[in-house]
Amino acid sequence: MSTIERLLLKQEIEDFLYLEADLLDGRKFRDWLDLLAEDLVYFMPIRRNVKFGQHDEKENTRQGEGISWFDEDKWTLTKRVEQVLTGVHYAEEPLSRVTHMVSNIRLLDVTPTEVTVGCRFLVYQNRVEYENYTFIGRRTDVLRRNGESWLIAKRELILEQNVLLAKNLSIFF
Amino acid sequence: MTLPIDQLIDPQRGIISREIFVSPEFHKEELEKLFTRAWLFVGHVSQIPKPGDFYTSRMGEESVILCRDSRGEVHVFLNSCRHRGMKVCRYEQGNTSLFVCPYHSWSYTTDGKLQGVPLYRSLYEGVLNREEWSLVEVPRLHIYKGTVWASWDPEAPDFLTYLGGAVDHLDQVLDCRDGRPGGSEVIGVHKWVLPTNWKFAAENFLGDTYHNPSHRSVDMIGIGPSGEKGARRDNEYAKGQHVWVSFPQGHGMHSVWMPEEFGYQTTYAQYPEVDEYFRHCFEERKRRQGVKARLMPFTGNLFPNTSYHGRQPRGLCVWHPHGPTETEAWRFFLVDADAPAAVKDVLRRFYMRYSGPAGMTEQDDMENWLYATQSSMGTIARRYPFNYQASMGAYKTNDPIPGDVSMQITDQTPRNYYRVYARYLKGDGWDSLLGRDVAPMQAAAE
Repeated sequence: MSTIERLLLKQEIEDFLYLEADLLDGRKFRDWLDLLAEDLVYFMPIRRNVKFGQHDEKENTRQGEGISWFDEDKWTLTKRVEQVLTGVHYAEEPLSRVTHMVSNIRLLDVTPTEVTVGCRFLVYQNRVEYENYTFIGRRTDVLRRNGESWLIAKRELILEQNVLLAKNLSIFF
Repeated sequence: MTLPIDQLIDPQRGIISREIFVSPEFHKEELEKLFTRAWLFVGHVSQIPKPGDFYTSRMGEESVILCRDSRGEVHVFLNSCRHRGMKVCRYEQGNTSLFVCPYHSWSYTTDGKLQGVPLYRSLYEGVLNREEWSLVEVPRLHIYKGTVWASWDPEAPDFLTYLGGAVDHLDQVLDCRDGRPGGSEVIGVHKWVLPTNWKFAAENFLGDTYHNPSHRSVDMIGIGPSGEKGARRDNEYAKGQHVWVSFPQGHGMHSVWMPEEFGYQTTYAQYPEVDEYFRHCFEERKRRQGVKARLMPFTGNLFPNTSYHGRQPRGLCVWHPHGPTETEAWRFFLVDADAPAAVKDVLRRFYMRYSGPAGMTEQDDMENWLYATQSSMGTIARRYPFNYQASMGAYKTNDPIPGDVSMQITDQTPRNYYRVYARYLKGDGWDSLLGRDVAPMQAAAE
């Protein structure tokens, strides 16, 4: 891949991620679901305080085993969207105000069908009157080429918290 | 300090002041008079299988270390150096031969003994007796079917006396699904902070089935293991008599008493292999436990702050006070240690989508508890007590199972809970805290 091709691809990927953020922040949750591949893996580990030298092995809970904040598939995320859309999911009724910021975007791996993208996320949630939560962390997405657009095939969210400093994770990341 | 406890907590009339949920004075009294005495859940032996393994936990607002020493004995220590108070362990779990304080490097062996004191000879020789400066250890510790419990009160009754008849219900959480005693393991722990008083959460698990409407959204969409709309979990108890049970030690729960003849109802319908496993467990449990197998669990709260979910999902949740209007929740998820991997996988996925801050069911609980706390803080709000008058007097003692048993949704479990809570805050002796004056029940239990 030439440098110019790589730059164009990066630009295309950035546009896609910003579009995705717009859909979420604009509360177009069903449209957002359409961006998710049927075999999606959506994973947010729990981070642990471990001794120096054990981080690779023990800091994060692992996808596919035990308990994490999220380790789920498209079915579950679809249920989450359906729940919000009932209008009686009180943890999101009235709806929170949310802004997703995405930065530090890098293409980590490029194949003819998939691109692995690293970025940072900053998600701000303001709820009802005085509730404020800021979720900051690192994200790795696997995006799959889907005609003129992309599908999210895998999303790993490394939230920079140990004890969760929020009462809920009722929003999408 | 003398708080007007009897004026503010009146379980006889079902009237309880909001002060106990918001006032710093009550919070302080709870820490001094309740959390220093009651038996508290600390952890599970599956978290510390090998000598030298440790897991840092909490008792009330204080950090403790659950540790298996080099000889295999289990201890619980206050996580604070005896010299200047620094936490001697800031890792969540691991294995060690020594806890070395980062501050001045005093070090303690895994049985809590002070071993290393830098410059001992020149600074302390003849004055400091190491034997007297071990890590502070809980005077009372009990391991029950893998779960570790501790009390700071040397005079506390033994754990099973403290549990009383609630043990039959706790067993339904801790025993293998096929009825073998114990055998569970912890597969993960959620920890999160929520701006609510810890008692809202404890009370919710005491058998507040009345709050079901707040889970309407998740029932509408259906997230249960059978994937059906209209349910957030499987209904395993269609033919059972729901019971809400109180015990004189303050424990309360919502369980089900099945009829004499009862059969397996399909659960986990999305996963035939898992359904078959639970069918097998169900039949084995009936065969092993006989009449006891008729008791099935929903939720409960063991006084003061350890709640459980018995089956779907299954685990223990400790509601640690974290200031008067903040709680730190630790939820320990349980499975049978020897369950097939496919079963464990389905269970953990269900637990995650149901429970805790990311759980579709419990998010709505957190919303309720937050705003119930916040809107009870005002000067005017605090003049108006909460109502606990549901099903006044509508229970029978030891019929059909031990305890004060209601056959309908009731506030009897929280009325009983706050009756005992008030006794702790008044500094009563253990006879009172165990409800030994609640004579008919005691006589029947003996």
